[in-house]
Amino acid sequence: MIPIPQIALDGQPFTGLRDIIVMILGPVVPGWVIGIVLTLVGLTFLIGFMTVVVMSLVLMERRVIAFMQDRLGPNRVGPEGLFQTVADVVKLLSKEDIIPRNADRPTFLLAVPAAVIPSLLIYAVIEWAPGMSLADLNIGFLYILAISSLTTISVVMAGWGSNNKYALLGAMRAAAQMISYEIPIVMSLVGVAMIVGSLKITDIIGWQIDAVWLILLQPVGFLVFFISSLAELNRTPFDLMEADSEIVAGYHIEYSGMRFALFFLAEYLNAFAAVAIAVTIFFGGWQGPFFPPYVWFVLKCYALFFVLVWLRGTLPRVRVDQLMGLAWKGMVPLALANILITGIGMWVWNEVF
Amino acid sequence: MVDPGTLAINSLGSEPSFETSAVQVGANNIVINLGPQHPSTHGVFRLVLTLEGETIRAADSVMGYLHRGTEKICEEGTYLQNVTLTDRLDYLAGMSNNMAYSMAVEHTAGLRVPERGEYLRVLFAELQRYASHCVAVGTFGADVGTFFTPLLYTFREREAILDLFELACGARMTFTFIRPGGAALELPEEFFPACEKLLDDLPRKVDEYERLLTDNEIFIARTRGVGKFAAADGIAWGVSGPILRGSGVRYDLRRDIPYSAYPAFDFAVITRDEGDAYARYLVRIGEMRESIKIARQALAKLKSTTGPTVLKLGSFFRAPPGEGFSRIEAPRGELGFYVVSDGGIAPYRCKCRAPSFINIGPLAEMLRGWKVADVIVILGSIDIVLGEVDR
Repeated sequence: MIPIPQIALDGQPFTGLRDIIVMILGPVVPGWVIGIVLTLVGLTFLIGFMTVVVMSLVLMERRVIAFMQDRLGPNRVGPEGLFQTVADVVKLLSKEDIIPRNADRPTFLLAVPAAVIPSLLIYAVIEWAPGMSLADLNIGFLYILAISSLTTISVVMAGWGSNNKYALLGAMRAAAQMISYEIPIVMSLVGVAMIVGSLKITDIIGWQIDAVWLILLQPVGFLVFFISSLAELNRTPFDLMEADSEIVAGYHIEYSGMRFALFFLAEYLNAFAAVAIAVTIFFGGWQGPFFPPYVWFVLKCYALFFVLVWLRGTLPRVRVDQLMGLAWKGMVPLALANILITGIGMWVWNEVF
Repeated sequence: MVDPGTLAINSLGSEPSFETSAVQVGANNIVINLGPQHPSTHGVFRLVLTLEGETIRAADSVMGYLHRGTEKICEEGTYLQNVTLTDRLDYLAGMSNNMAYSMAVEHTAGLRVPERGEYLRVLFAELQRYASHCVAVGTFGADVGTFFTPLLYTFREREAILDLFELACGARMTFTFIRPGGAALELPEEFFPACEKLLDDLPRKVDEYERLLTDNEIFIARTRGVGKFAAADGIAWGVSGPILRGSGVRYDLRRDIPYSAYPAFDFAVITRDEGDAYARYLVRIGEMRESIKIARQALAKLKSTTGPTVLKLGSFFRAPPGEGFSRIEAPRGELGFYVVSDGGIAPYRCKCRAPSFINIGPLAEMLRGWKVADVIVILGSIDIVLGEVDR
């Protein structure tokens, strides 16, 4: 008999569910079918959960920024505006689906899934609690970096397929920006990989539980990662590719209705993925006292997301050339220096102790 | 608009300091319409930009989308009716427009406004300047790319000032409060404490805007050195207001050609030498503080004087044949009205010298070589109101 793959539905709250599924299906079907079933169930949970998370993020962003700007924000739909996002989605779903006549149809249409799918794929390796992840790859780290850079393709597709000059400008900005910031992101995490000695997400969290949170050892790495993530995520102060005061909405200017909503969804999925990665790598993942691990993980993610919102409420936007200058003259040298200093530090540590 | 071969830019190209150039539109260039419906053109203003990548190679401004023929309509209405039209020129500074027009009519008819009327005019003109600069600074912040935080901060105070205006004359934007002969109404009792409280509050609020923007690294990086404009060019183009003062020219009609009750008040003329977008922003912030100072003095004068605020003119008052001109320092610069009378109940001709219109003259020159993002910043730093540009 093929052993049941230990990939899906592990971890505290789901172990029971997994056992039930295995108990029912075990005698009837072969192991690999159970594996597929478990993965599908896990995926369903994940997508459902992430949709709710994104809705809460959108609401949170709107309410927090409203608070910072001395106004109320959405508070009409449901208690404290809790169902505002639901209402928005219903509205977007019922809107006419407009495809510009001169658009490059296949590119225009495919850009949407090209945006959403990679942002969901990242969540495959995120560990919400001990063992609670869809896949614990031994190259989890590289996987995240590889998948997150796929977003560029969808942006360029949307910008080109729309056949709109503003969209094209946005796409050109996106291509330059995302590719430039890919490099400091990768290099900022090299220090972590050197210290931990593994690219596996569970190893990184485990190392932090045994020793200290990596933010203490890699503050510069975190800074470079965080700033570059802002650029990669296309958040203020680096939201150039959809700068509403300059190029109106950038690459998704021609999208309306649910297609627009899906771009929006992808954007927030990416944002949450970035903070989840930052929490995993620098803030000890799910580690924390009293509450269950997954509560800690989500709490930390929301706390870090709050910083993103805070920046959005405060900062102006940089210009294209300043953005590039920051990447190549600021972030890349800083990340390189960080690698060097980490190496020296590790050598000294090993020599002394 | 654009013919396939070349795009001739700068219809204003005959100016001496201005070289006319034709940019080849080809594979490396794209022509893009910024406006007339664009979030950052502050109205229905259109810019035809020829871009090479993100760099502006040529810019052509197209205006007239809000043309309502105000000057012609003025020939149909009586002198008092026309005041309502001036509210709708620079709709962010209705009081200043009322004042300039009224002064032109008074000049034509040789009227002398009661002392108290002058104080009222100054008080409201300065509060209006503050409110107008609120919009300028706030939208400038949004143009630079903040998510509307400065805009909402400044609009908070603007609302408070509009509430005061509402208390005084019942309207929030189109007042027709300052009219030929003075200012329409005596202030209500409750106006004075409300105004005093607001004036005590405002300096702290200006500090708040400054904390948000003035020292912000990104804000400085985006605005310092952008849209540089030399003093000599400014004089040649006839620009005025914060743009000219931001280029280091100490020119403020309130001080240089004193009108109304301004000689009685103590205030400073704010200038900066840099001539860039940042300098214009700082000039506006400085002027907001000065406006508060002037408004305080005017309010004190109003409290200590009594008497009429307006001359009784009658609805169909006729100015003797002749002409009159007035110019005042409106929030956006030198606002002038020229009124010709043939002795009838309506002006024979009325002409408005709108500062916004003159100030965007050198826009094409200022934009060339900058990035798309800078277009918005430069346009925002000039602070145009389309009601006034197109009239």
